[in-house]
Amino acid sequence: MWLFIAQELMFFGGLFLTYTVYRWKYPAYFALGSNQLDIPLGLLNTIVLIGSSLTMVLAVRSAQLGRAKQIAGWLAATMTLGTAFLVIKGFEYHHKWVHHLIPGESFQLAGTTDPAAQTFFVIYFCMTGLHALHMIVGLGLLAFLVPKALRGEFSAENHNWVEGVGLYWHFVDIIWIFLFPLLYLLGRHHA
Amino acid sequence: MSGDPGETNYLNASHGIGSWLLTRDHKRIGILYLLGISVFFVLGGLMAVLIRAELATPQGDLFSSDVYNRLFTMHGILMIFFFLIPSIPAVLGNFLLPIMIGAKDLAFPRINLLSWYLYMIGGVMTFVSLLTGGIDTGWTFYTPMSTNFAQGQVIVTAVGIFIAGFSSILTGLNFIVTIHRMRAPGLTWFRLPLFVWAHYATSIIQILGTPVVAIAILLVGAERLFHIGVFDPKYGGDPLLFQHLFWFYSHPAVYIMILPSMGVMSELVTAFSRKRVFGYHFIAFSSLFIAVIGFLVWGHHMYISGQSVVAGAIFSFLTMLVAIPSAVKVFNWTATLYKGSISLQTPMLYALGFIGVFLIGGLTGVMLGTLGIDIHVHDTYFIVAHFHYVMVGSAIMGYLGGLHFWWPKITGRMYNEFWSKISALVIFIGFNTTFFPQFILGYLGMPRRYHMYPAEFQTWNVLSSAGATILGFGYLLPVIYLLWSLKFGAKAPANPWGAKGLEWETSSPPPVLNFDTPPVVTEEAYAYETSTPAKEVTVGV
Repeated sequence: MWLFIAQELMFFGGLFLTYTVYRWKYPAYFALGSNQLDIPLGLLNTIVLIGSSLTMVLAVRSAQLGRAKQIAGWLAATMTLGTAFLVIKGFEYHHKWVHHLIPGESFQLAGTTDPAAQTFFVIYFCMTGLHALHMIVGLGLLAFLVPKALRGEFSAENHNWVEGVGLYWHFVDIIWIFLFPLLYLLGRHHA
Repeated sequence: MSGDPGETNYLNASHGIGSWLLTRDHKRIGILYLLGISVFFVLGGLMAVLIRAELATPQGDLFSSDVYNRLFTMHGILMIFFFLIPSIPAVLGNFLLPIMIGAKDLAFPRINLLSWYLYMIGGVMTFVSLLTGGIDTGWTFYTPMSTNFAQGQVIVTAVGIFIAGFSSILTGLNFIVTIHRMRAPGLTWFRLPLFVWAHYATSIIQILGTPVVAIAILLVGAERLFHIGVFDPKYGGDPLLFQHLFWFYSHPAVYIMILPSMGVMSELVTAFSRKRVFGYHFIAFSSLFIAVIGFLVWGHHMYISGQSVVAGAIFSFLTMLVAIPSAVKVFNWTATLYKGSISLQTPMLYALGFIGVFLIGGLTGVMLGTLGIDIHVHDTYFIVAHFHYVMVGSAIMGYLGGLHFWWPKITGRMYNEFWSKISALVIFIGFNTTFFPQFILGYLGMPRRYHMYPAEFQTWNVLSSAGATILGFGYLLPVIYLLWSLKFGAKAPANPWGAKGLEWETSSPPPVLNFDTPPVVTEEAYAYETSTPAKEVTVGV
């Protein structure tokens, strides 16, 4: 699982590189772009996701202690928070759609007509989109674990699955912890 | 002993197509890979023959330039992503790695089967994209060509490669975990066969490199579909960024092709010179060193791309560094051969062929690493010749050498010694006749990827095309006599070569769980001097 996460890091690494290149190339447009993002919603999502990491830890903990009944509960809580994250993200995407901030032919951003201004949103959608995709995979994994937990398949000796999915979930959480400041906070109000 | 007819092994333990398609036995999955890879090799090879046929004359009399572009693109894609990259790791690695470390199977047998399916799905998708229009970008998918102008099925092909990439990643994961967790008692890290070390280094590259090309291809797909402007300067994007992302994987990918081949080489050279390998630690660490340096040299593909001169100089220096571990290996093999009791069996012929071909490929690589020379021969046939020597010549010599070496182990049958030696010679001659003239062509200035050329280049092109015919014939021979051996070959003993290594201690073919009794390792790898004194025959002084 650790190796898998290493390769996932490389996968996102390509996007982080893209981010670095374009941020360095167009600092002003990045400031302009990040001003369009909704900090309260982003912050709310950060809290939701950190909360889900907590419930995931508790699921792994109850597995380690052999409290088979609690595992399913904590897993379900994690799923609920994960879904909440995606719903909030959906609202944000919808908001961008309404304001013509989706990159492409119909892209419009107040204050500039340079098409290079959309690079920020290209990266925003690629990174958060890929992150959301990982969340969906994570939810799928959790959904696969819950019935197993309910059947009492996990115990203090046998909880590799819970631990592995836990690692994955934390990884997805950590990616967001990087994305939030990079996209929402950095360079704001400097345009 | 093996060979008595009543014995069960992995081949006859269960029957029917379902038992193969749902197998979790790493040996059977290795054979599934062998079948898939051979099919893609034949397809890619046929395209190569057509390309050489077109280039026999200066006029474009066989194909239009459009068809020619699609032809060499698919030749490159099929050969690189579906033959060279998976060939040794997926076939020989899958089959041998667990046996060599005394394990019952790979760490994740089900993921292993999944990676075969991913490979096949990716391959079939890519091939279907060829039948429904193909693509004309070259295998490199350079933007903005691939995103804005290319004809044909760029997306389908890209998705095919993306899926195959996952297969490569999963195989790498599986190997690393297996090597870490499942070694037999007594098999310490520095008793591992060098084949295993080479695969360890290769797996690291697969895990760390493949995701980067995956994201690059994903971005190309997104850009082509939605014109979002990651690489399109019209929207502020940068086409060079694609080249950086692409070569960050695709240069190390060359080492995915060559490192396993070097691993096979180490096995062959010691086995057929009856000597402990010279400088075991150096060979092992040089594999890791190549894996690390390999990630730092991608910029040498971009000397004339417009990157800064300083970057070019740094990449030039780093590129030269790769020559060190490569030379370490070649010197160590040569030192192993020195005063060895050499027997020129077919695998050894391939091994010697490898050294010759790899020397030419490697030395021209140093030439290309030099900024000034690269600018002169950039995108000429010099490059084509160079990468065919390194990736194709060396990788295939290793693959075929390994396939012959372990064929008795895999199938339980011996192949025809006479024809296999003939084929090794024909392939060596055919390969050099095909590609050596291309160095000269490139140096004279013939650009790559054109289907017409000035008449003055024709002599060398005809020679090259003639070589391709010999080479094609050379590749045909093993197909015939290896298939023949399956039915008519003599039964193979457990250890036909008198070689060292755990894989020779089990029967041929191995039982379902590889060993009847779990092996315990008590000696270093390649301990030839200590236990086979009877066969020692010293040649020369």
